Amino acid sequence: MRKLLFVLLVVVMVVPLAACGGKATPTKAPVATKAPVATKAPAPAVKTLTIGFTASETGKYNVESTGQELGLKLWAKRVNGAGGLKLNDGNTYKIALKSYDDESKKERVQQLYTRLINDDKVDLLVSPYSSGLTDAAAVIAEQYKKIMVTTGAASDATYKKGYAHVFQLYTPASRYLTSVLDLLKAKDPSAKKVAIVYEKSKFATAVAVGAKAYAEKNGFNVVMYEGYDSGTSDFGPFINKIAANKPDAIIGGGHYQDGSTFSKQLYEKKVPVKLVGILVAPSSPKFAELGDAAVGITAPAQWAAGANYSPETAKAAGFEWFGPSSGEIIKAFAGAGVKEPSYQAVGGYAAGLILEKALLTAGSPEVAKVKKALEDMKIMIFYGSYNVDTSAGAHGLQIAHDMVVIQWQKVSGKLQKVIVWPEAAKTHSAIYPLR
Amino acid sequence: MSINTLAASIIDGLLIGFVYGIAAMGLTLIWGVMEVINLSHGALIALGMFGALLAVQSFGLYPYLAFILVAAFGLVLGIIVYSIAIHRILDAPDLTTLLSTFAVSMIIIGAGTAAFTTSPRNIEFSLGSVNVGSSIILGTKVVAAIIAIITTVLLYLFLYRTRTGKSIRAVANNRAAAELMGIPSTKILALSFGIGTLLAMGSGALIATLFPFTILSGSTYELKSFVIGVLGGLGNPAGSLVGGLILGFIEGLIPNFMDTSWTPVIEFALFVLILLVKPQGLFGSEE
Amino acid sequence: MKRVFTSPFLWLGVAFFVVLAAWPMATNDPTLREDLFLILMFITMALSLNIILGFTGYVNFGHIVFFGLGGYMGIYVMSILHWGLFTAMLVGGISASVLAFILGAIILRLRGAYFALATIGINEMMLAFVSNFKPFGSGIGLSLDFGVYKAYGGAGKALWLSFILLAIAALLAFIITFVLKKSKFGLGLMVIREDEDAAMVMGIPTPTFKNLAYTLSAFLPGVVGVLYFFKNGNIEPGEAFNLEMSIEVLVMIMLGGFGTVSGPVIGAALYEEIRSWLIVNPLLQSMHLVVAGILLLAIILFVPIGVVGWIRQRLPLVRRYLE
Repeated sequence: MRKLLFVLLVVVMVVPLAACGGKATPTKAPVATKAPVATKAPAPAVKTLTIGFTASETGKYNVESTGQELGLKLWAKRVNGAGGLKLNDGNTYKIALKSYDDESKKERVQQLYTRLINDDKVDLLVSPYSSGLTDAAAVIAEQYKKIMVTTGAASDATYKKGYAHVFQLYTPASRYLTSVLDLLKAKDPSAKKVAIVYEKSKFATAVAVGAKAYAEKNGFNVVMYEGYDSGTSDFGPFINKIAANKPDAIIGGGHYQDGSTFSKQLYEKKVPVKLVGILVAPSSPKFAELGDAAVGITAPAQWAAGANYSPETAKAAGFEWFGPSSGEIIKAFAGAGVKEPSYQAVGGYAAGLILEKALLTAGSPEVAKVKKALEDMKIMIFYGSYNVDTSAGAHGLQIAHDMVVIQWQKVSGKLQKVIVWPEAAKTHSAIYPLR
Repeated sequence: MSINTLAASIIDGLLIGFVYGIAAMGLTLIWGVMEVINLSHGALIALGMFGALLAVQSFGLYPYLAFILVAAFGLVLGIIVYSIAIHRILDAPDLTTLLSTFAVSMIIIGAGTAAFTTSPRNIEFSLGSVNVGSSIILGTKVVAAIIAIITTVLLYLFLYRTRTGKSIRAVANNRAAAELMGIPSTKILALSFGIGTLLAMGSGALIATLFPFTILSGSTYELKSFVIGVLGGLGNPAGSLVGGLILGFIEGLIPNFMDTSWTPVIEFALFVLILLVKPQGLFGSEE
Repeated sequence: MKRVFTSPFLWLGVAFFVVLAAWPMATNDPTLREDLFLILMFITMALSLNIILGFTGYVNFGHIVFFGLGGYMGIYVMSILHWGLFTAMLVGGISASVLAFILGAIILRLRGAYFALATIGINEMMLAFVSNFKPFGSGIGLSLDFGVYKAYGGAGKALWLSFILLAIAALLAFIITFVLKKSKFGLGLMVIREDEDAAMVMGIPTPTFKNLAYTLSAFLPGVVGVLYFFKNGNIEPGEAFNLEMSIEVLVMIMLGGFGTVSGPVIGAALYEEIRSWLIVNPLLQSMHLVVAGILLLAIILFVPIGVVGWIRQRLPLVRRYLE
């Protein structure tokens, strides 16, 4: 009897053990993407190049991250549609994408990037969406010396930790709001008083720190510099405090919820201010639901439809032009049923283009060569310029890409996002002063 | 800090305090009647917000009519939730009801995310504003405060003047004794949970006329409702309103003296402190 | 005490953890290591929470506070003071325990739902406080240079090291829980759970017992916090004091069996299993939170004693082997 019981007990103890081991299998199944063509190409010179990443199919980054994923897919579709990448090593490479759902959670990211590298043997990596998740992924990429191009990851800190294989596409957080300040300076040299108010989150704080330094360097007077809690539901008293400081411009914000509430209440309280620059929230098409409160709100964006980067602007800036035009990208997205792609979604496409150019320059997918190519590259694509810092202290930090500034305006009675800055890219003149 | 800004901020704080009060009323009622801390309260508030959004945007209803409809829907939903998720485990340890209401919250948030994503939404609606001294007071906020007061009075009359209301209070005081007196406690409990949900969803619909929101917005109000619960005591609508006003007053006051991001630190410190000193609430009676 | 250490259940459990730790090492499989890292982390969190929740009967929603504070203290001494990982782990564990001791002296007077609410309040207060606390980097948090991993033979080795250390922490949590359950102290805690007033009448120094249990339950989460954020390379307020994760750990305990020794272990593994199944299932993917909610509700309504409790109830003969 005791023996029997012992056997039973072993079974009970082994069941969860097997469950743990078996756990490896379910998540192994790819969530969304699969190599579309790889098996169809028997020619010996055609090889498959796998690019791995995680996307947040669920959780708080769901909207931005799945957009980014779509961008990458559309890029891969274009490359494969053109017969793949023909490199100098004599091979033609078809692109395959491999991704898992990270649930917008950091604890999943390292697990899944380790799997991408070890089990799926991906050749190159693209980052998840958001600075926090990318930070965790970078540790793994660097550990295995895999190239990772980051998109949707603006925080500067990631690139100051000594990584040698991580390359940034986005304008870093410290420069997010500087173009709004440039706009203010150009519009009205007498406007000096700036209030910087930001959500106490990692990204928004990093942006605020950078904006403050830039403002002070450029002769602005920062009359207020204050963070607010992420859960703030009513900004009334806070806005009174801001108004009491009589700023010419209010810049800051954080995420969707707080950014849109803040914008709405600034309007309702009729705060006399000449320029308002808010992070993130105004770039969402849903921001239009604010109605009149949205009019005149500006926001920095990595890219916006209508930004006219072209071979000509590239030449003027001394950059090499590469890849398709903005128009083609928008068409590709429209073909996939997305009428107004966000800058996050288009950023996925841009990350693919950067990898494509690096591969072409390197002539082979060898890590050392691609790394060298990404370090030396100085190009302009439809998304803007790309050139990274190569010093030991900030390796991979983006230094060339600039933000555009968008503003919500009523164009023939309809609320629309238009580009108002920089001069070279603008489609409309900014509403200034706001009130 | 000038006296004008201080006054304006306190007025703003008190106005939002009415909204906090009505948002907390449902939670404290359920807590007071059946000793269940409803962790789906925040999700229900968010559901109320989206209910109002649907009614206004898809059916073109006037926002305050939407408020009544959403609240009525809340009553029905609450009774359903009670009979599925609460009734069986009412006498189980605290952890059980906490987790079962949390499960309800997961279901609502999950379905809401699938249906609406987590993007921010807004009901464009305005009643203009009036200038009082240097401060600007919004019409929608004044109406929200009035609705909060009316709701409080109606709830008070219901609980203290009607037979059903008295039964609810009897069940809250001593369920066994109430049953002996012939009060159908199951029906009364289901009704109480329904009224709690009505208040939660109704307050969500009201908040939706004031601020933009997402499906995750309810959690802020849920946390504040806990604080109000211990400030104002349980099961007493006037207590909730006063608790909400105190919270609003604090929120109006703090930014004048320190960084506004310290507000939650002070709020929750106060919360824990009151829990320790007087767990029945500042205005609660001794048991 | 001797009988405690000859229990077949204890040695089976120890063997289980050793196998779990050795498996990815033997097969040199970093992917399996990463999967197991999460499971072991949840197991440790669940086992330690079970001391105050399962044995003593105090519903603690704020267990994650100890994880977050330990993580912050550990990463702080590593990034700013350049201390080693082992010292940092100790710092993390001890500071979590000290916090628990102080908090315990104050809030363990509250009973039932009031205690539960206070723990939520404390978590939110810590989150807001750390977001404003400059030495901890306010909203940005702290991060480690990639260079710190060099001291442990590079990032690759450092990840293996943190896995092994975590496995040891999990094993420790298991042994502590088992010994506790068999000890007089543990018995005292369970008396408090069943009837605190009676416990006092019986002469159990309830405040001391409760506070000791609370302090003990905080140590390992503090250590695990250091390991987890060391592995991630950075720490932010929202992740360190994430109420949602606290509740997930509670759910694991409910799933496995409240107040048992193997319950939290099985619950944590099972929870992970169900979750990954839900997430990859194309039909349920977008509704996975809904399905998880329905499952949780079903367990609470129909199997409130959890998997282990259910087995023990149905198969009395197994009880000796399944604590």
